[in-house]
Amino acid sequence: MRMLINVPETVVADALRGMAAAHPELTVDVERRVVVRRDAPVEGKVALVSGGGSGHEPLHGGFVGPGMLAAACPGEVFTSPVPDQMVRAAAAVDSGAGVLFVVKNYTGDVLNFEMAAELAEDEGIQVAKVLVDDDVAVTDSLYTAGRRGTGGTLFVEKIAGAAAEEGQPLERVEAIARRVNERSRSFGVALSACTTPAKGSPTFDLPEGELELGIGIHGEPGRERRAMMTSREIADFAVDAVVEDLRPDGPVIALVNGMGATPLLELYGFNAEVQRVLAERHVPVARTLVGNYVTSLDMAGCSVTLCEVDEELLRLWDAPVQTPALRWGR
Amino acid sequence: MGSDDVTDTFGAGFLVRWLAAVAEDVDREADRLTELDSAIGDADHGANLKRGFAAVTEVLGKEPPPSPGAVLTAAGRQLISTVGGASGPLYGTLLRRAGKTLGEDAEVTRERLAEALGAGVAAVSQLGGAQVGDKTMLDALVPAVEGLRSSYEAARAAAEEGALATVPLQARKGRASYLGERSIGHQDPGATSSALLFAALAETAGAEGVA
Repeated sequence: MRMLINVPETVVADALRGMAAAHPELTVDVERRVVVRRDAPVEGKVALVSGGGSGHEPLHGGFVGPGMLAAACPGEVFTSPVPDQMVRAAAAVDSGAGVLFVVKNYTGDVLNFEMAAELAEDEGIQVAKVLVDDDVAVTDSLYTAGRRGTGGTLFVEKIAGAAAEEGQPLERVEAIARRVNERSRSFGVALSACTTPAKGSPTFDLPEGELELGIGIHGEPGRERRAMMTSREIADFAVDAVVEDLRPDGPVIALVNGMGATPLLELYGFNAEVQRVLAERHVPVARTLVGNYVTSLDMAGCSVTLCEVDEELLRLWDAPVQTPALRWGR
Repeated sequence: MGSDDVTDTFGAGFLVRWLAAVAEDVDREADRLTELDSAIGDADHGANLKRGFAAVTEVLGKEPPPSPGAVLTAAGRQLISTVGGASGPLYGTLLRRAGKTLGEDAEVTRERLAEALGAGVAAVSQLGGAQVGDKTMLDALVPAVEGLRSSYEAARAAAEEGALATVPLQARKGRASYLGERSIGHQDPGATSSALLFAALAETAGAEGVA
């Protein structure tokens, strides 16, 4: 195992201490695992709270700040945070205008946030929830837990965060978050497995010359294994999977996301192919974001997320944001 | 051990010792649970349960609860507060609901424990929306509770059998469900850890002459 860590047990706490030192604009409670924007609670404004397992950085702590999340709760690596963290976060950021929990569709996240919402409401905090389930690699059926929440989370947090920053009421912020989720779809590809600190070896065995199609963000294998493809072929496959499911009528925002170990040189090259496929499919691209945003430790690979936008969603996307990982317009 | 040494009721101490045994077993088996979880999940099950049951042992040692029901309720609350993931709320709910069902009685019987854990299992099923056959912890828990109506050993055997029976199943709940057919051929880590709970219960009962 080659990892820049001390011991697996302190990985999350160590990272939070370092994050606190790098970002004085955040309040980081290392002990209780809550990251809060320093000026919270912001009077009269709805607060977005998200969280999930660690190992997806910059998601979610890197998205805390004006225009996006009011607070984030990092769990253990790939493990949902516990309800105590979410309740503490909600209490720290609620100004009386209410709190929106942004929850990725994984059983653990859903259950813990559900328990937290009940506890927070007992404390007199008005809570709404939005479930992100954008991953088209997972076929939906009555018998499954539904689709995973992956790259679409960034769109939900940014756009609903901007609506909250404008002072829109909880009901409205929640409706916008749902609209963003309904219009977002993702597909991910792994060129390597990842190594969790607790396990110390790759989570699955991927031989040289093969890749996994339809992966999530937890180092689990995908839906299908194939012989290695070129960037061009991967873009064709991934974008087609997204477009066929989303069937966009209007412009989209495209997120070309790295899983953690794929350099920008490759991601930009992949983005060129993504833009080509979208042009061939006559899907206009309003904005594009390329980088490592929703990662899976040291996994090599990428995902494509498209969000079909109307004028309002695009305006909210362009609105100022000031967080460690996403920053523009101010 | 003669039949005169066998008792059919137990108090809070028995359940505290059971949960301490679970903590030891989970600690010993953590790597195996994580290995099973890395095949079809996200390789954290062992580490998470180890952290949770260690916290349970600590909290029960610090403030020994007065009744069997209170032991289970406190343990469940502690699991929810420390484990995270899906196993925190699910195991936490199992024990909390069982504890609430037992109430405040100072002594209970195996039959009452089976009934209480049955209520806990029903709550787990409702919370996770899963049934037997979905390749989850319920595949071990449901037969184990049924077995517990007869004996501790029957519960242990049924749980182990239920866990093994998850191997050929396709997962329909939880993270493994995202793999579709690729989940077939792997033993479910949640059912495996559930079997550990009942193995520890049978060991504790055997060691203490509780029937």
